[in-house]
Amino acid sequence: MKKFIFIAFILVLTAGGWRYYTGETKTKVVTLCNTCPPGFERTDDNRCRFRSLYQMYETKDGNNPGVGGLKTALPAVRDGFTPQQIDLGRYLFFDPALSADGTISCASCHQPDKGFSDGLPTSVGIKHTSLKRAAPSLWNVAFNKRFFWDARASTLEEQMTGPLYSPEEMGTTPEQLHNTLNNLPAYRDLFRQAFPQKNNDRIELSEVYTCIAAFEATLISLNSRYDQYAHGYAEALTKNEIEGLNIFRSFVARCTECHTPPLFTNQQVAVIGLAEPDHTFDVGAAKTFHDPTLKGAFKVPSLRNAALTAPYTHSGRFEKLEDMIAFYTKGRGHEVPPTEKLRIHWHIWEPHLRHDEIDRLADFIHTLTDESFKPQTPEWLPSGIKMETKQPGNSLSLNQP
Amino acid sequence: MKIVVRIFVLLITLAGGIYLGKVFFGRGSTIPAPVPTYFNAAGAAGDSSAIGAGVVTGQTYNIKPGQSIQDAVGKAKPGDLIRIFPGVYHETIYIDKDNISIQGVIEEGEWPVLDGEKKLNDAVLYSGNGVLVENLKIMNYKGNGIMGQAGNNYIIRNNWIVGSGVYGIFPQFGKNGLVERNILTGIEDAAIYIGMCDNIDVRFNEVYGNVAGIEIENSRHALVEYNYAHDNTGGILAFLTPGLPIKTCADVIIRNNFVYHNNTKNFGAVGSTVSHIPKGTGVLVMAADDVTIENNIITGNSNSGITITDYAFAGINHANDPESEPNPDRLTLLDNFMDNNGTDPIDEVKALKKATFSKPGLDIIAAGGGTGNCIINPDRYITIGLNKYANCSAHDTHLVKSYMLDKPVLPRNTTSIEKGKMTYYGVCSGCHAYNTRLIGPPVSVIQAMYKGNAKGIVDFITKPVHKRDDYPEMPPQNYLSEETRQAVAEYILTVQK
Repeated sequence: MKKFIFIAFILVLTAGGWRYYTGETKTKVVTLCNTCPPGFERTDDNRCRFRSLYQMYETKDGNNPGVGGLKTALPAVRDGFTPQQIDLGRYLFFDPALSADGTISCASCHQPDKGFSDGLPTSVGIKHTSLKRAAPSLWNVAFNKRFFWDARASTLEEQMTGPLYSPEEMGTTPEQLHNTLNNLPAYRDLFRQAFPQKNNDRIELSEVYTCIAAFEATLISLNSRYDQYAHGYAEALTKNEIEGLNIFRSFVARCTECHTPPLFTNQQVAVIGLAEPDHTFDVGAAKTFHDPTLKGAFKVPSLRNAALTAPYTHSGRFEKLEDMIAFYTKGRGHEVPPTEKLRIHWHIWEPHLRHDEIDRLADFIHTLTDESFKPQTPEWLPSGIKMETKQPGNSLSLNQP
Repeated sequence: MKIVVRIFVLLITLAGGIYLGKVFFGRGSTIPAPVPTYFNAAGAAGDSSAIGAGVVTGQTYNIKPGQSIQDAVGKAKPGDLIRIFPGVYHETIYIDKDNISIQGVIEEGEWPVLDGEKKLNDAVLYSGNGVLVENLKIMNYKGNGIMGQAGNNYIIRNNWIVGSGVYGIFPQFGKNGLVERNILTGIEDAAIYIGMCDNIDVRFNEVYGNVAGIEIENSRHALVEYNYAHDNTGGILAFLTPGLPIKTCADVIIRNNFVYHNNTKNFGAVGSTVSHIPKGTGVLVMAADDVTIENNIITGNSNSGITITDYAFAGINHANDPESEPNPDRLTLLDNFMDNNGTDPIDEVKALKKATFSKPGLDIIAAGGGTGNCIINPDRYITIGLNKYANCSAHDTHLVKSYMLDKPVLPRNTTSIEKGKMTYYGVCSGCHAYNTRLIGPPVSVIQAMYKGNAKGIVDFITKPVHKRDDYPEMPPQNYLSEETRQAVAEYILTVQK
């Protein structure tokens, strides 16, 4: 019976999708973009290769890339997708057809105008389900080695199957997603463009994952005023901001020890001793690694574009950067419930930061803002679901027929 | 008679020497620039491909009390020398450019003193390559004395650091460095802390009255020799700390050091790694691999002369790291002079001694896991836990003279075309595409306007003037170096897709 309802639901949904497609956009023929997005060079084999001034600091025999100081090379990047795959990924990313009931897209929780987060303490999934953790920003995910707050995925492709198939988030299933997309002729056409070597007409889920990963990996933010300073232009930062940088890297505040340049994360998990807003303790990475010593450990988030992604922490505890910074100076373990024994990171101590030092740190974090490569939101979706662009905030809604 | 003549000649020679010395080295004479030792000719002046620290090819700035050292750093260009004359300075010096030398001038026993007055965080921060810091007395800072983040080819020598915060000298993420002839005391963590570095020599330093004297952490190819580590809580340490982005600590040679009486009560900050070190620790190896301990004098350390441990026994209560292997493997314990260690061990060690019926005193204790470890002449010492240690086939490390590189780490040789390409795609492509209009006009249009005129592009992007009403005004790109602007202008004229 359940199965029957499910199949019926799929049929209704795909029929609906078909109707949008045939009814409203019958004549729509879209050619996927054949140029690479900003930050990428299209090479002769039609691949988009990452280019950045940070590549000047790559040395064969030098120090390790990815962690260090101002002029340090970046860690390995996910690139080499085709312009067409990236562009198709962009459509998929914004398309609510990927959720069980056509209401939620990747962009619902990762909104371009909110630093690819959603401005909420914790995100809201399908049917207004309140979720346990905050949506992390997607800027510079091309460099990430681990994904999710608890570090439980190691590729973008693996990561996206989490929200797609979580009953609380996008709520779909591999079968449903496969059927939905294959029943939309516009997508069948676009996937043929993105995978021209295909010898059949069926969209494979692996191709869906590839395209979304391709798009996400183009969200590069490395042209902030801080970067201008790092590349050698001392005037890029004000006196206050430089003071903030020096506090940031000093061994009193110790911010750089975990939020290490150039990505402003060392990509490790750390226990910093946060209480939860609703008193149910989140064990974090302890579950991922089956290791109780990692209880309460979470991935160190990048601070790039952090000024755009309030509120902060995995559970959205702090509204302002200043409040987040103040957490670190209120004493080691000051929030830990007495019933929890946590192995708090050794860099969490009592730096006794003054108010003006907290302000300077916030000033500095603002210099890490750069959205110059922000992608265009599509005006049309292959599923036929209408994009509503005028409404501020959550810009997507299902156009009821 | 002959003797009188001899003494007379000797006196004349001496007087002449003193006179000449005054002429050459006296007040007002040219004080010689720092000597960039240990680099071979490839790094010498004139070879601009890779300059080692301390190679002065440019200008000299003389800073006297009342002047700002940082102002000079701001003006300095790679290859410049900043000399700091005796007196007291209250500032944080930060060096975010390459090949800057900071040299204190010591006159008649008077040092230039950087005094943080317990208000300032750090005395010296650097991120540039080829940085030299020498002859400074640093006191009363809250964070670090001298901290480097990712600078390669550094030299930190002849500094005198007193009661200055958490770490005295702390190069982090740097390759090819020398930490030599510094004196450090009163540091509440490690006085000399080599963190996540490669190819480092730590020589001829004196560290006393600190929680940890010298700590080599998550670094590879470190030579620690001829140091005097006394009256700390722990003398010389080699650690692999879990949870850091670099996951190994290996190939460390600890030799020819004097590690004496490290019995100071632990005053480390709660939660810090070193706060777990028992007082009376001479040499401590935790989870590090391929460590050689040779020809040291290790005496009077009341807990144990040498302690070799995994995380578990060390009582380090950090969260585990699935990528970090917790056991010390392939240690080589060669001949060391050890005496009068382990006279007052901590309770855990006492219990172990009781269980093994060993006699009073303790030179070497190995606890926890680890494979491939060896020792020569174990019978000379009072030991616990060395049953599985094999006989070493190695006898000495005399072939290793230094772990520094023969020549400085080379910066990437970026051709002008590459630089132009990185800049065009890495920066310009946010607003310009080849054939389509983005925020700014298409590159094809720019090419038509500036055919054969790269300089025209350079001038425009340096100081743009608003030309077209249908496009927003372009922000100046003067933050790019002149060379980079030229490279990108030339590249823009060649873009074809």
